[in-house]
Amino acid sequence: MKRLGTDALKQSKTGENMTIGIVSYGAYIPRYRIKLEEIARLWGDDAEALKNGLMVDEKSVPDIDEDTATIAVEAARSAMARSEINPHRIGAVYTGSESHPYAVKPTSTIVAQAIGATPEMTAADFEFACKAGTAAVQACMGLVGSQMIDLGMAIGADVSQGAPSDALEYTAAAGGVACIIGRKEDELAAIIEATYSYTTDTPDFWRREGMPYPEHGGRFTGEPGYFKHVINGAKGLLKKLGTKPEDYDYAVFHQPNGKFPSKVAKMLGFTTPQIAPGLVVPKIGNTYSGSCLMGIAATLDEANPGDRIFATAFGSGAGADAFSITVTDKIKEIRNRAPKVSELIKNPIYIDYARYAKHKGKIRLG
Amino acid sequence: MSSVPRFWRNLASRYNLEGTHCKECGNYFYPPRNFCVNCRRSGQIEHYKFKGTGEIVTYTIIRTAAEGFERQAPYTLAIIKLDEGSIMTAQIVGDPEKMYIGMRVRSVFRKLGEGGERGMIYYGTKFVPAET
Ligand SMILES: [Zn+2]
Repeated sequence: MKRLGTDALKQSKTGENMTIGIVSYGAYIPRYRIKLEEIARLWGDDAEALKNGLMVDEKSVPDIDEDTATIAVEAARSAMARSEINPHRIGAVYTGSESHPYAVKPTSTIVAQAIGATPEMTAADFEFACKAGTAAVQACMGLVGSQMIDLGMAIGADVSQGAPSDALEYTAAAGGVACIIGRKEDELAAIIEATYSYTTDTPDFWRREGMPYPEHGGRFTGEPGYFKHVINGAKGLLKKLGTKPEDYDYAVFHQPNGKFPSKVAKMLGFTTPQIAPGLVVPKIGNTYSGSCLMGIAATLDEANPGDRIFATAFGSGAGADAFSITVTDKIKEIRNRAPKVSELIKNPIYIDYARYAKHKGKIRLG
Repeated sequence: MSSVPRFWRNLASRYNLEGTHCKECGNYFYPPRNFCVNCRRSGQIEHYKFKGTGEIVTYTIIRTAAEGFERQAPYTLAIIKLDEGSIMTAQIVGDPEKMYIGMRVRSVFRKLGEGGERGMIYYGTKFVPAET
């Protein structure tokens, strides 16, 4: 395992002589779960075949009064609780989601108000399928790195919808993660050494304005969508940094199901133990904009100072954002101040399909 | 709930349990008061953000919900004594059958209701059982 000292890290920064990283992070997952057997029972599908094929056992379901804004706020408040920073230092709040509650009116203003960061700050919502949250992280890195702002908050949160009986219904879940991005070295719990993106116009998945459920190009969209972009994004960053998979202690890949990240990790040369701590999809499903960040959060919950994490997010449409992260001593000080991802996964409340349909608004009242 | 401007004015205190504290007598006020009823003119009021922890004083289960709340019924409406001493009314998230007087609760951020499909979505503070 190659270890980099602080001096070596300083030379591999994205900016010139500037260390940018994660000051704090917070995750939120709703308490409710539905097992895949329960969904399969309703549609007469083979539950065991689905569970093995998708490598997902159950998925999170938002409460009736939870949406992307409430999930983003809970994640943001956890990040604030971990860091104990003055909220007025946050100069930007960017929330990435494909399920913003309003078509016009930002989620990010709700979050900013709820953490007490308003009014001297900027805010906007991001959209890029499942990688809107990591796009927000990159935007914050740019603003923090250029010293336009002191700290930035980037969030990925979703309450994803799959049409009843569509394949997506088995994995579309709810959850969110917030990251506070900063540049003061003694405040960083993890240093982001570099980021690299790979983007093309690929119609693998979409949802038109006003439509409740997304459409997708069918079951064969994995190769031109997920695999092509994740592999090119990951390889691009490894090349940029001159690192190899074995230089990293952990790896996280966007997890729309358990199979894709496991397969892409193997194709790139990462091992099963490297992806294990961040592979949370079997117990919570695909949290879309929260997905890759949830894996990063779960890995930060367990990593030791000096550990390196390689992460690649994917968004349909399509693009990948890759990150190389090194954990600092600060992680031990902050991580116990808010619930860990493993704690959020514990104590689920299982619901049946009827209750699930009510929670997800599949039953339209009036 | 019916008036957007009224909700707007109280938004900060609904989102964050922002109230006031009298430095003179130590009393806490939610919703915020700018005048201490105990100390009158000698009161010294300061801004205070409540911790969001407390216990249920009493509660009722709402089975026939008002407009904008239909999907949430049945739900529990409770009088909560915050640890700082202030009393407030709020919805408790969770199984109504499992509520009891004296139950410890903590605040969460949830949707309070919405003005139909076209209207505003109202967000604010509810409570969940503190244990688990
Ligand atoms: Zn007083």
